Amino acid sequence: MEERTSSVPPGPAWSPPGWPEHQHRWRRLGRWAQGPRSGGALRRAREDRLVGGLAAGLAARTGIDVTVIRIVFVVTALFSGFGVAAYVVAWLLVPAAGSDSNIAGRALADRRGLALAAGLGSLLAVVLAISGALGASWLWSLAWPLVISVAGITLIWRNSPADEHAAIRHLVDPLLGLAESNRRPGSLLRLAAAALLLAGGLGALLAGHGNSALLRPLAGVTLVIAAMVLALGPWWLRIARDLVIERQARVRAEERSDMAARVHDSVLQTLALIQLRADQPQQVIQLARAQERELRSWLFGGSPPGSMAGACTTLADGIRLIQQDVEAQHGLAIEAVTVGDCELDDDLSALLAAAREATVNAAKWSGASVVSLFAEVEPTGVALYVRDRGRGFTPEAVPGDRKGLAESIHARMTRHGGSVTVRTAPGEGTEVSLTMPRAAGTRHPSRA
Amino acid sequence: MTAAGPPAAGGGRPRVFIVDDHGLFRSGVRSELGDQVDVVGEAEDVAPAVALIAKCLPDVVLLDVHLPGGGGQDVVTATKAAHPQVHFLALSASDAPEDVIAVIRAGARGYVTKTISGTELVDAVRRVAAGDAVFSPRLAGFVLDAFAALAPAGGPGRPALDPELDQLTPREREVLRLIARGYTYKEIARELYISAKTVESHVSSVLRKLQLSTRHQLTRWAAERRLI
Repeated sequence: MEERTSSVPPGPAWSPPGWPEHQHRWRRLGRWAQGPRSGGALRRAREDRLVGGLAAGLAARTGIDVTVIRIVFVVTALFSGFGVAAYVVAWLLVPAAGSDSNIAGRALADRRGLALAAGLGSLLAVVLAISGALGASWLWSLAWPLVISVAGITLIWRNSPADEHAAIRHLVDPLLGLAESNRRPGSLLRLAAAALLLAGGLGALLAGHGNSALLRPLAGVTLVIAAMVLALGPWWLRIARDLVIERQARVRAEERSDMAARVHDSVLQTLALIQLRADQPQQVIQLARAQERELRSWLFGGSPPGSMAGACTTLADGIRLIQQDVEAQHGLAIEAVTVGDCELDDDLSALLAAAREATVNAAKWSGASVVSLFAEVEPTGVALYVRDRGRGFTPEAVPGDRKGLAESIHARMTRHGGSVTVRTAPGEGTEVSLTMPRAAGTRHPSRA
Repeated sequence: MTAAGPPAAGGGRPRVFIVDDHGLFRSGVRSELGDQVDVVGEAEDVAPAVALIAKCLPDVVLLDVHLPGGGGQDVVTATKAAHPQVHFLALSASDAPEDVIAVIRAGARGYVTKTISGTELVDAVRRVAAGDAVFSPRLAGFVLDAFAALAPAGGPGRPALDPELDQLTPREREVLRLIARGYTYKEIARELYISAKTVESHVSSVLRKLQLSTRHQLTRWAAERRLI
């Protein structure tokens, strides 16, 4: 099949189960063969990454085993902190596989990110300077790597593309979850640790000097801190405020695109159907009525259209619902197959919404009489395929105002950490492959 | 009920017998098949089906999974021992997986749904007549599910699994997944860079495992599904 593949690279630790083994093997072979011989530019790996994919990239480039490189990074990190800083800087400078621009290039254009990095760096520098003055010289030796790393990570976090973002979040989520899952004990624990540190620090200071001669350097340090806060404080505050504003704007933008996707899936789709069936007044009335009901329940009842949260609780139920709805609305057969089942969460609901959109697209545009819908639940994720043997299309030729594929499928999946591959060519049919990693949960056999 | 015609010469049109309790459906299938096959008889119940099949010895029996006088598997078990040359293809609208698996385990060589097109059905009949297996997307899904549920069952207290029969190879799983995604054998062959013949042999091997795998394990799987 002559394929045109527009693809969002698969998420970090997970690849679709349907993915033929040999493709992986070929790609890996290709990387090994190309690494030492052709001496192509260094790229960060997208697939066997633990953090930034740098070690895997270096391994592919030099032919050294990836584990050796990882050990070197960890050892240098433990000894001087230098390994961490070097890693972060390289992360900024080395482009990801399959791309030519690095994160640093984007970061230079991100004023607020630079300010934030400088702010955090200076804050950290002050803290380190103070602790250096207090005699903790071992901390001082870590100062520069630490400042560089913190500033660098800030820039990376703000400027990495969506798919890398999802990968990083995947890495950090368990830690954040640990901090947030149990708020009360968590904050109690933090306060207790802070109190313990404070007591320990004061104790060490008093024990070290033993008399009031201690007070003089301490007073000096306090003055320095006060000066720093006075000089830099407003700036730090402004950065923090800007961040909050920016975050709100981003939330609003996300809400807007989410709403656009929903309106597209419901209202615009129905309007298209009504145009198609203009000669069948009974059906037009039915469609309009159903749409009106849906829209009302969204605007006044708060249940978003196309959402399946209320109607079903498991993935297999959702697939069945898609099958029934699309068969009823578009009058063609949906051959739906599910293997395994699991409870729906936000991510999987988004997967279902994207699958519904892909199925409706196939029903509307492909001209095929049967659409195949296959979902497989695996411990690490859910793979879903929508396939038709219809007329296919040229992805580049889709008009810009047709938001189905871009907004309702691609953007929606990426927002939830999933990935999409569309495989199509004119006359060859279309297959949309959707994959969504699963947080946790047990697989249980599907119901009939 | 009719039973007529001499056995077809090898390579001719396959001789087909239809067992279904809906007359409308039987005539539908008849017209779908057209003159591509030779429909030699029909029956709407288990007992007459068994008698008529023994009399006219068709190449392929198109068999509904649910029948008034018992399940479709009763027809298969009653016929299989005396007439091993008669092949069965299960054909029905929408069934519980355990019933479909039961018919397959009784000896049917495939399962297709009634949404199948006429040409595809003729193709499936030919395949079954030639001794190959025919898997619809839905059957592929059932099988993947059944074997996935079997996999962890080899734990303590359970007899060790026979890897030859109780597990699918990665390649077989790949082939089943592609069938479930709606690929034809030809498309699967192209996708996996293997010949159509190899795809067929993978599917036949899955069928064999499905039929011969340790009985109580598959039964247990079916029972668990009913409980949920």
